[in-house]
Formats: sequence, C-alpha cells, structure tokens
Amino acid sequence: MIEFKNVTKRYMTKTALRDVDLKLDKGKIIGLVGLNGAGKSTMMKLIAGLINPSKGSVELDGEKVTRRIASKVSYLSELDEYYSFYSVQQTIDFFATQFPDFNKEKAEEIRAYMNLDANTKVKHLSKGNRGRLKIILTLSREVPVLLMDEPLSGLDPLVRDSIVKGLITFVDTERQLVLLSTHQIMEVEMILDEVIAIKDGELVDHRNVEELRYDEQKGILEWMSSIYE
Amino acid sequence: MTDTFQSSQPIYLQLADRLNRQIVSGELKPGDKLPSVRETAVSSKVNPNTVQRTYRELEASGIVESRRGQGTFVTENEDILLSIREKLKQEQIQNFIQVMHDMGYQNEEIKEGLQTYLEGGARHD
Repeated sequence: MIEFKNVTKRYMTKTALRDVDLKLDKGKIIGLVGLNGAGKSTMMKLIAGLINPSKGSVELDGEKVTRRIASKVSYLSELDEYYSFYSVQQTIDFFATQFPDFNKEKAEEIRAYMNLDANTKVKHLSKGNRGRLKIILTLSREVPVLLMDEPLSGLDPLVRDSIVKGLITFVDTERQLVLLSTHQIMEVEMILDEVIAIKDGELVDHRNVEELRYDEQKGILEWMSSIYE
Repeated sequence: MTDTFQSSQPIYLQLADRLNRQIVSGELKPGDKLPSVRETAVSSKVNPNTVQRTYRELEASGIVESRRGQGTFVTENEDILLSIREKLKQEQIQNFIQVMHDMGYQNEEIKEGLQTYLEGGARHD
C-alpha cells in the first residue's frame, strides 16, 4: 500500500533520511520508533505529501505521493494547529467542511466516548483534552491511511489509556493503515502489528511484533535496546 | 479481563490460553457466544487483528465454531472439550515437574509431597 523506494531526504546540508526502502500493508497498526531527530516526522511528512524526497520515490497504492494525497491520508501532527476561539463542536464542524471523507457521526461517537465537552473553547482545553480532540479529528476521516506523529507525548497516563482504547475501538483494522510514532512503547505495545526502527536517518529494522515474540521471545523494548545500545 | 500480557510471548497465544482456561473452568460454557473481536480487543486492550488470529486458531482446533453472521461460539462437542481439559492438565503438570526437577527434587520426593499436600487438603487452601 505504501512504498518507499530508495528514499533520501536532505534539508540543506543535513540528511534526515538516507536510502530508505520500505513496504507497508493496509490493515495494520504500525509503530515508528527512534530517538529524537532520527527522521520519524520526516517519514510521516513524506507519506502525507507535505514534503518531497530529495531522491527516490514514495508511492501510495502504486501512485507517486503528491500534495493531493491529502484525500487519502489523515495526518495528525505533533503541533496544535486549531483555531483557539472555536469550540470543540465548531472545530469538528470546520473539519467536516474541509474534508469530504469526514464522518460527523463518527466524530460525535468518538467525542462522547472520550468524554470531551462539545461546547468548551479550544483555548480553554487542557493539554490532555487537546490530545483527545486531535484523535477525534484524525480518526473521523474515512481514509486508507492514518498518520499520527507522537499522539501520546506529554499526556498523562489516563489520557494515553483513553487514546489507545479509542484507537482499538475506532480504527477500521481491516481497511485502514495506521502509522504512529511514539516514545511511549509500553502503552502501544499490545496494539502494534508491526514496528519500524530508524536511527540517524536510516531504517534499521522492520518487524512483525508477534513474530518477534514468537521467534525470539522478545518484546518491543528488549528488541529496541538491542538496536539502540 | 484487566490483567496484562507478557510482552515477550505472542499475544494471540496468551489470549487463546486465557480463553481455553475460561472454557475448562466453566466460566465460558459449551454453546456460549464469545464477545465480538472488537469487544475482546477493547476489554483486553489488544489489537483487533490479534484477537482475530486467536479466534482463527481456536476455530482451527475445534474449540470454538464461528457461525456466519452470528458470531463465535464455544463448541458443544464433548470429545474436544475433554481433550482440551486433559491438555491443560498435562501442561500444568509438565510445568510444575520441570520447575521441581530444575531445583533438583527427585520424583519420589515430588510424589510424596503432592500426596501429603492433597491429603492435607483444606488446611492448605
């Protein structure tokens, strides 16, 4: 479904990704791990069509990724990019006007599930509730690819837990591909089908998590420490 | 089901094991409907694909049956239920004996210890 062919991305003199070959299939929840600056966000932005590779190509369903890929990809960035004067409901309504694939009923269902008040203004939301809002907006789009850059970072354990449960409940694991980057391995360990490790811009390993457990009796953390230490 | 899984063993096998135990203990009865894949995924906090795989494995071994459009049900086949009951027993005994042997206990000591323990019955419960 998603394919990186010998992809290199340079910013000025710095190489963010180097010669990455990678294939990702639909119907999987895939974790992307690596230290800060390893190239995780660069990889996501390449799939989202927000930046272009300096060399090689990124394809989605056999088509080269361009900015227009937005119709197939829902991208949750690390940053908060919402209008602070909107309420939760207004933000949801605004998103519904921006994306034809946005499912308002699903958004309402997830909002209720996450216990987020519809009338609170975005500027008055706690960090945890802004995290929840982002999840609502990302998961409500009926697109084949969901990209989530650090959906759990900086959130307290209860919020992280409700986000993970939200993912299990609302991702269509038969048809959607979820790629999420995180430092919170413990929280997502049980929901990942595959895990990808990158280090200094290079792809180090790409594993099926259950096979890793079966073949090597290793969890993701042990596997990571063998890579990063 | 709030207890967690070991991260170093395949989750689909741990989940299958858990369901087998529930069937043997009678918590899940012959003919009972299992929760849907999604429900089990949420309550155990694991990937729905993993639950799907567990259900497939259990179905392949005949412990559960999936009925089109209705869901997945615990088998009512006596032979299969008895064999799973026997299998879990053997597994537990094997584990126990392995641990005892690793610590250096001899078969005679183990037998004697077991007998005394079981005959002492309620006092140890």
